Amino acid sequence: MGRGGYVRKRLVLMVFVLFGVTIVIFGMVHFLPGDPAVVLLGDRATQQNIAELHDQLGLNKPLYEQYWQFVSGFVQGQMGTSLQFKQPVRDMVVSRLPITIGLAVYAMALTGLFTLTFGLLAAVKKGGWVDQLIRVTFLLVLTTPNFWLGILLILLLSLGLKWFPVAGFGNTFQEHVWYLFLPSLTLGLQLAAVLIRNLRSQVILTMRSDYVRTARAKGLLERIVLLQHVLRNALLSTVTIFGLQFGFLVGGTLVIETVFAIPGMGQLLFQSITSRDYPVVQAITVITAIMVILVNLAVDLSYSLLDPRVTYE
Amino acid sequence: MSENVLNSAVLTNVAAVPRLSYSMRLQKVGLNGTLLAGLILLGVVILVALAAPLLTPYDPIVQKLDEAFKPPFSAGHLLGTDNFGRDLWSRIIYSARLDLQIGVISVLFPFLFGSFAGISTGYLGGRLDTLFMRVVDVLMAFPFLVLVVAIMSVLGAGLVNLYIAFGLVSWIWYARIARAETLATRNLEYVQAARTIGCSTWRIMARHILPNVIGPGLVYVFTSMVLAILTGATLSYLGLGPQPPTPEWGAMIAAGRQFLLQAWWMTALPGFALLVLGIALSLIGDGLAEKR
Repeated sequence: MGRGGYVRKRLVLMVFVLFGVTIVIFGMVHFLPGDPAVVLLGDRATQQNIAELHDQLGLNKPLYEQYWQFVSGFVQGQMGTSLQFKQPVRDMVVSRLPITIGLAVYAMALTGLFTLTFGLLAAVKKGGWVDQLIRVTFLLVLTTPNFWLGILLILLLSLGLKWFPVAGFGNTFQEHVWYLFLPSLTLGLQLAAVLIRNLRSQVILTMRSDYVRTARAKGLLERIVLLQHVLRNALLSTVTIFGLQFGFLVGGTLVIETVFAIPGMGQLLFQSITSRDYPVVQAITVITAIMVILVNLAVDLSYSLLDPRVTYE
Repeated sequence: MSENVLNSAVLTNVAAVPRLSYSMRLQKVGLNGTLLAGLILLGVVILVALAAPLLTPYDPIVQKLDEAFKPPFSAGHLLGTDNFGRDLWSRIIYSARLDLQIGVISVLFPFLFGSFAGISTGYLGGRLDTLFMRVVDVLMAFPFLVLVVAIMSVLGAGLVNLYIAFGLVSWIWYARIARAETLATRNLEYVQAARTIGCSTWRIMARHILPNVIGPGLVYVFTSMVLAILTGATLSYLGLGPQPPTPEWGAMIAAGRQFLLQAWWMTALPGFALLVLGIALSLIGDGLAEKR
């Protein structure tokens, strides 16, 4: 099967997974204990008020009808109305989505930079003090809670050395790059901590291959051997791990937004949770799930670019 | 008398054996350096948590506003005080109890249920297994934290709900691990032998499969305990965990956030405690993985 056929098959599968995703999100609100109406009304919850709100939210219609409304609305881009802000959820999310995606992409770029630099360095200097230093540093980063790491960076680099802004997002593209550097650094360091370990061991493994010995024997520069023969083969497994970790990056991005006061989806999500604004929570959850699904599709497709021997069956 | 002779004979013999290197001696008792370091560090944290009332004269909750914002190494307050004049060291060590509890409880139930689900689906196969794999596909599509947070938005904030939300999402990891191991085991000779002599399916799963497939899941327990504690701290940083004035590291970091310039120690020190516990558990996880 060629790549086209594979993509088609994956897209069909994706529709099924998305169906499952909507069932989970829908089921969450409807099957977990806790009545959104009671929670929303709080102290004002009388029998009558609850019944009225049920009516207003459509919670007394049959389940399948509610589900159909939820899904068909989503497909048409209607995600309901925010209970807290009385605005269409779509408008609220659409303005914030690019910010969150931008932050995630920025973080991924830094992750790539750190992973390649330190992963290769650690592998080449295997066992030496450079390797040990990289290992210990990133072990520490890995076990550090990301929101705390973010605050420490603010404390050191923003408040202390005054190199970076404390919080916010900026107005122009240059300002965005400037303002989002520390949050992306926080996320990038943590994701890289996972990937560096993997890339290091993969590079060390690949360097023992026959074709690497051959490449060296025919007198290629070590740099070329490393980048073209070793790295390209070693990256395959690191890219897989990246796909598996992407969900954590998305979660981390949402949290880091609250640390650095970036007006993205994370801020909205956590505000909405405190106020039990579940249409917003549902929308953001589905959107992030779609992001994870798409990235994993991209990861699967990148295999054949990295290694032409990979065929899709 | 004869015992003494025996003992001295044993001792001489031991002396005759060439001295084992440190790492070899560790391996003899089933340890390695990483594992040992992790266990010692975790032991210290548990000890400090248990002995908390003996290690500090201060109550972690009672406020003394005239003592607020004392920096570390002030008289009477080794790690300083917070904005309510509460001793930071007391709050940090009392919080260790809670964070250890979060780590254990939020891992225990998903581990038990997930391993059970993984072994059953892996061994029984068929439609049950197909259905299970589809459930995995769907649950894996969610970013972990987002799903936990979404569930908590329905259940409400608080510690018990945190356990429920974490459990509902994380059992799938253990189930996947146990299933993969079970698939590799289900047709081995000793399982076939058990089947041939007419053991019931339950007995095979419990007595023959379980002991042989549970290892990787157990190793993963420590790795995911780090994640559980970090997630717990993240959720309480976001105000979804145990409610104030209960001391919890994540909530303490959040509380210190607004006094970053006045009192950096309010944010820096609880995070450091979190880091120490995280490192202890990661070392144990790595150490166990090295052993396998």
